[in-house]
Amino acid sequence: MKTKQTLRVRSQKEIADGIFDLRLQYTDRDRIPDNVLPGQFVNVYPRDASALLPRPISICGFERQEGILRLVYRRVGKGTAEFSRLAEGDFLDVLGILGNGYDPAVLAGRNVLLIGGGIGAPPLLGLAKRLAAQERQEGKGSVTSVLGYRTDDLFLKEEFEACGRVIAATDDGTAGFHGNVVSAAAAVFPAGGSIDAVCACGPLPMLRGVKQLARKLRATCYVSLEERMACGVGACLGCVTRTTGTDEHSHVRNARVCTEGPVFNAEEVEL
Amino acid sequence: MKTVTDLSVNIAGVTLKNPVMTASGTFGSGMEYSEFVDLNHLGAVVTKGVSNVPWEGNPTPRIAEVYGGMLNAIGLQNPGVDVFIERDLAFLEQFDARVIVNVCGRSIQDYLDVVDRLGDEKRVDLLEINVSCPNVKEGAIAFGTRADSLYDITNRIKKIAKQPVIMKLTPNVTSIPEMAKAAEAAGADGISLINTITGMKIDVERQRFILANKTGGLSGPAIHPVAVRMVYEASHAVNIPVIGMGGISCWQDAVEMMLAGASAVAVGAANFHNPYATQEILDGMTDYCRRHQVTAIRDLTGGVDD
Repeated sequence: MKTKQTLRVRSQKEIADGIFDLRLQYTDRDRIPDNVLPGQFVNVYPRDASALLPRPISICGFERQEGILRLVYRRVGKGTAEFSRLAEGDFLDVLGILGNGYDPAVLAGRNVLLIGGGIGAPPLLGLAKRLAAQERQEGKGSVTSVLGYRTDDLFLKEEFEACGRVIAATDDGTAGFHGNVVSAAAAVFPAGGSIDAVCACGPLPMLRGVKQLARKLRATCYVSLEERMACGVGACLGCVTRTTGTDEHSHVRNARVCTEGPVFNAEEVEL
Repeated sequence: MKTVTDLSVNIAGVTLKNPVMTASGTFGSGMEYSEFVDLNHLGAVVTKGVSNVPWEGNPTPRIAEVYGGMLNAIGLQNPGVDVFIERDLAFLEQFDARVIVNVCGRSIQDYLDVVDRLGDEKRVDLLEINVSCPNVKEGAIAFGTRADSLYDITNRIKKIAKQPVIMKLTPNVTSIPEMAKAAEAAGADGISLINTITGMKIDVERQRFILANKTGGLSGPAIHPVAVRMVYEASHAVNIPVIGMGGISCWQDAVEMMLAGASAVAVGAANFHNPYATQEILDGMTDYCRRHQVTAIRDLTGGVDD
C-alpha cells in the first residue's frame, strides 16, 4: 500500500560536499511500511508551491522497528536545496514506497559485485547490508562494492566496508583507483567466473559500461535507472525507458521507470 | 438547519454523482490512483487517450518542471483500444463512477475506428475526443486549431458515435468562442477545455532543450487563470455543457471554474502533487456549498456576478 505521509526529520548531516544524509521518522506507527527493498524510492514534496512535482529519491536505509527512513541525496536544484535546509523536528511530505527494487533473495549466496557511481551509491548500501547478512547466515557468497567519487570525499565508504570488500575510484585520482568505476571493476575482475551478478546505479554512460563488463564476466546484470518523473506511481507515463521486448503493461517497447523499475535486468532495457 | 446539497450534475444526458472528474492523461485509467482515492467517490474517471493501435509516444525526457507547473510531451503513449477494453475498462467495471474515454488518432479514420469499437461497450458513458494534444506530429491538435477541421471531425464522429461526444479543445487558438461554436454546430454534446498550452524549456548550462520533443504542453497552477477565462468565453458562446479544466489544484479553483461557466471540473496535474487531490477538492466544494447554502451544485455553473 502506497501512502503520502508527513514524516518528522530525525537528523540531517552534510556528509560530503552537497551530499546530505537525512533520517526521517514515521510518526504514525500503524503506517510504517512493512518492507522496503533496496533500490526502491520515495517521492519527496517541496513546500515551495511553485515546485509542482515531487522529487524521486532512492532509499538508502530503512529500520522497520524504529520507523526510520534514510535518504542520502545530492543537492542539485531548488527542491533538494529546500530539503537540505531541514533540521531535526521539521516535517516533510513523503509518498512511498515506490518502484521495484533489487531482490536480495535471488542474490543470496552468490558472489555479487555492486557498482555505484557518485550519488548512485546510496541505494546500493541497503543491498550490501542485506547481502552481507545473508552471507553470514548461509556461509557462502560475497559482496564487493566499487564506488566512484569525484574527489576523496568518500561518503558511505565505511558503511560499505562493513559489508565486504570496497574498491574506491576517484575522477581526480586523489583516493583509490584513478578513473571511473567500470575501469576499476574491470581491473579487479578481468575475466568471467568469479562474479555471479552485478548490481549498478549511476549515470547512464556508466551503466552502459557496466552492462558490457557484466557480459564479459558472464554475470547477470541489474541496473537502477533514473528518468524525469511526474506522478511516480505509473499513471502519467512520463518516465519510460526503452525495452528490448514489448512491455507487459504498455504493450509497446517502453517500461515505466517508476513502476516496472527503477531496477531492471540490464538485458531487458536499451541503455 | 444545515443545507444538504444535491451534488449531481448532468452532462449531455448522463448524470454524474458530483462534478469532480480526472483530466485525461494524468490518471491512467484509474488503477494507479485507486490506492489513494476511492474511485466510487468521483463523478467520472476520464481515461488516458486511447488510439486504434498501440502508440509508443515520444522519446524521453518527456517531463520538465517549470515555475508553477510542468511541461509534458508524452505523445499519447497507450496500449491501443483492444488492451484498453480488456484490461482498463474491465477494471473500471467494479466502480460506480462514470467512465469517459478519451479518444485520439492520427487520421479521422483512426478516431472513427476507436469510436466504433467502443460503441457497444456499455461501461463507456461518454466519449471525449482529443483534438488538442500538442505533442504528436500528426492528428490530435491538427484537427482542433481550425474551425472547419474541427467541424468536420466532430460531424463525422457524431454520425457513428453511440455515446454522447465531448470535444476537448486546445487553448492554442486565436478564438475559443469560434472553436466552441464549430463543435456545437457539428453536433457535439459538450466541450471540455483547456488542454495544455504549448511551451518550451531550455537548460541554460547545457544550452539544450530539456524535452526530447523540444516543445511540451504546460499544465498546473500556472495555466489556471487562462483556463478560467476560456471556460467563461466558451460557455457564453454555446448552449452545450462545458467541462472546465486547467490548473485546478484546490477546491477554490474548482468552484471558480464552475462560477465561470463549467458544468463539471477535471483535476489534472494536481494529482501528481497530491494523489488525494480529487477527493480533497470534492470535500472542499461540498463544504463550500453548505456554507453558501447552495442547494444544488449545478446552480454554481455560470454563477459569477456578470
